[in-house]
Amino acid sequence: MAGPKYPSLDTLALHAGQSPDPATGSRAVPIYQTTSYVFRDTEHAASLFNMERAGHVYSRISNPTVAVLEERMAALEGGVGAIATASGQAALHLAIATLMGAGSHIVASASLYGGSHNLLGYTLRRFGIETTFVKPGNLSEWKGAIRPNTRLLFGETLGNPGLDVLDIPSISAIAHEARLPLLVDATFTTPVLMKPFALGADLLYHSATKFLGGHGVAIAGVLVDSGRFDWEASGKFEVLTAPYAGFHGMDFEEESGTRAFLLRARREGLRDFGACMAPMTAFHILQGIETLHLRIPRHVENTRKVVAFLEKNAFVEKVIYPELPSHPDHALAKKLLPNGCGAVFSFEIKGGRPAGKRFIESLRIFSHLANVGDAKSLVIHPATTTHYRMSDEDLKKAGITAGTVRLSIGLEDAQDLIDDLDRALKVSAK
Amino acid sequence: MNFEVAGKRVFAYTAAHELDPAKPTVVFVHGAGLDHSLFGLQSRYFGYHGRNVLALDLPGHGRSEGPALHSIEEMADWVSRLLKTLKIPKATVVGHSMGSLVALELAARHPEQAERIAFCAIGFPMKVSEPFLEAARANDYSAFDMSTIWGHAAQVPLGGNPNPGMWMYGDTLARLERLAPGVLHAGLKACNDYAAGLESAAKVKCPALFILGRRDVMTPPRAAQVLRDKFSNGRTVEIAVSGHTLMAEAPDDVLDALIGFIS
Repeated sequence: MAGPKYPSLDTLALHAGQSPDPATGSRAVPIYQTTSYVFRDTEHAASLFNMERAGHVYSRISNPTVAVLEERMAALEGGVGAIATASGQAALHLAIATLMGAGSHIVASASLYGGSHNLLGYTLRRFGIETTFVKPGNLSEWKGAIRPNTRLLFGETLGNPGLDVLDIPSISAIAHEARLPLLVDATFTTPVLMKPFALGADLLYHSATKFLGGHGVAIAGVLVDSGRFDWEASGKFEVLTAPYAGFHGMDFEEESGTRAFLLRARREGLRDFGACMAPMTAFHILQGIETLHLRIPRHVENTRKVVAFLEKNAFVEKVIYPELPSHPDHALAKKLLPNGCGAVFSFEIKGGRPAGKRFIESLRIFSHLANVGDAKSLVIHPATTTHYRMSDEDLKKAGITAGTVRLSIGLEDAQDLIDDLDRALKVSAK
Repeated sequence: MNFEVAGKRVFAYTAAHELDPAKPTVVFVHGAGLDHSLFGLQSRYFGYHGRNVLALDLPGHGRSEGPALHSIEEMADWVSRLLKTLKIPKATVVGHSMGSLVALELAARHPEQAERIAFCAIGFPMKVSEPFLEAARANDYSAFDMSTIWGHAAQVPLGGNPNPGMWMYGDTLARLERLAPGVLHAGLKACNDYAAGLESAAKVKCPALFILGRRDVMTPPRAAQVLRDKFSNGRTVEIAVSGHTLMAEAPDDVLDALIGFIS
C-alpha cells in the first residue's frame, strides 16, 4: 500500500535539522560559538532548567549548531534523536555509561577498532564493567556469552580490520530474545551503505571523524537512538525506568518513552562526563555530510578498482574485502551491503614485516597515518599502530598478521592510486 | 503513576508528584496512536506550578492496558470514570486531535467534571481518508507513514526541532511501532465516526481554548470554524509555523497559550 513520501537521504543530508536562521536568514548553518544563552527572565530560566520548555542553557548540554548535526544524523539513520560527542570513543563511552554501571557485562565482537578494544577490555574493567569478546560470525558464541548481568551486545557493522560483516538481523534477534539492546559502530558503512536500525540494531554511533566529516579536519562522534527498544518491558534497565535522585527523581522512561535513553545520556552523560562536541566541529562535520551521498559511491567505486588490482598482483598474498568471494562473509555482505562494503580494507603483503615497511615508505599518494575515511587515501600497518596494545592472541582473534596492511581509499583518480600501489609493491619485493 | 480503572491498569504521568486533593487538576488526552509523552513539556510545567497533572495513556496506548476504546463517547466516559476513581471532582482537560474530541465530549456529557477545555488541533467532522483508515485497519506500515507525514507541518523533516537533537518523524514512528495491532485504527475510526460534535459543543458551558496550527493538513484551522462558532466566549490561538503536532512543533507557543488560559 503506497503512502506519502519521505524526503530521500540525499535531501536530508543537505537539509535535515536546519531551517534558514530565523535571526539572519543565513542559509548555511550558523556557527553558534557561545557557551551559554541569555534567559528571557527568571521564570524562563527555571522552566528551561526543569525541562518545561525546549531550548538551550549551556553548550555542554546542547548548542544550536550541534543540534543541527544531531537532528540530521537522526534523520539519516531513522532514529528518534542523536547526541554529538567529542569523538567516536566518547560516543561509545556515553552509550555504555548511560546503560550500566559497575557489576554489568557486555558481549562484544572481537573484531573491533583497537581503541574500542582498549576501552572494553581494559579501561571499563577497571570500573567494574566486564566484556566477553566473541567471534562476530559465531552466533552461538554471542548467545552463550550472555549472562544475567549483561546489559549490551556490541559490534562494528564492518569489523576492524578483517571487515567481518556483522549479522545484525541474527545478533539483534539474540539480543532481543534476552531483552537486551544491540549497539553498533556504523563508522565504516555510514547511512549511505547500511541502515542498521532497519536491520534490527537499537543504538548506533559513528566516529564522525571518518566518512561523515570526510576531510580529516575534526575529531567527532555521534550517538543515535532508534527509540525502538522498550526499556520498561526489558526490566533490566533501572537506570532508565526508576526514579533517579541525580535528576530530581526523574524516571526517564516514564517522562519521555521513546526518548528515555537520549534524555538520560544528555542530562546525565553530557552534564557529568562532559564529552560534548564544539560548535565549530559540528559545522565541519555538517559540511562533510552535505556531500556524503556523493562521496561514498565514489569511495566504493575507487575501492573496487584498487581491490581488483591488488587481487591480481604478484606481491600480494591475500586481499580481504567482503565483495570478494574469498571473504568468509561474502554472502552476508551481498545481503546486508548491496551497495558496497565501504572503502577501508586490508591486504597481506608477501614478505611480512620488512616488505610492509618498504611498501609503506615507498608510497607517494597514500598517507601513512592513523585514520580512515578521509577524502585522501591513507595507509597503515595495524600490528604496529592501531592494534599495538593487543596481545598476539587477541591480534589473531581479530584476524591481523604482521603483514597486514590497511588501506582507506579516497577520492583521487583510481588509476593514480593503482599506479602508486604498483610502484610501492615492486619496491617492497626488492 | 499507575491506577486501576474498571479492573484495567492505567498509566498517567503526574510529573513525579502525588495527587493532592487541595490542588486544581489538569488532564491531558493524547491523539490517535500517541501517548502521554507528547505533552511532556507542557504537563511537566503544570505539575511543577501548583497543579495536579494527569497526562493519560488511553487504554491500549503507552503503558495503559488494552484493549483500545472504539468511540469518542466511550473515551470521554472512561476519562470521567478515571477522575471519579481518583476523587478529582473537576479538571481542566487539554486534548490533542482525537483527545480534543474527547475533551469536548467529556464537557458535554459530564459538565460537572470539566472546569475548562483546551483543544490542540481540532476539526469537525474529523474525517479520516479512506486509504489512511484502510491502511490502519490492515495494520499496514503505510498507516504509520501517513500519520507521521500528515501529522506534521511540511517543513518538519527538513527544519529544526525545537527540542535539541531530536527528529520528530523518527520519534512519531518509534511511538507508533510500539502499538498493538488495531490500536491506531480504533482511534482513527473513532475520530471518523464521531458525529455529535455540534450538539455536544452546544451543551458545553465551560471556557474553551482552540490552539490551531496554520500548517496543519489534518485539521486545518478552517476545519475548526463550525465548532468555534458554537463557543461565543471561546478563545483561539493560531500558531503560524506549526502543523498538527503542535505540542512538539511549537511547544513554547502551546505552553504560553495554556498558561494564559489556565492561570
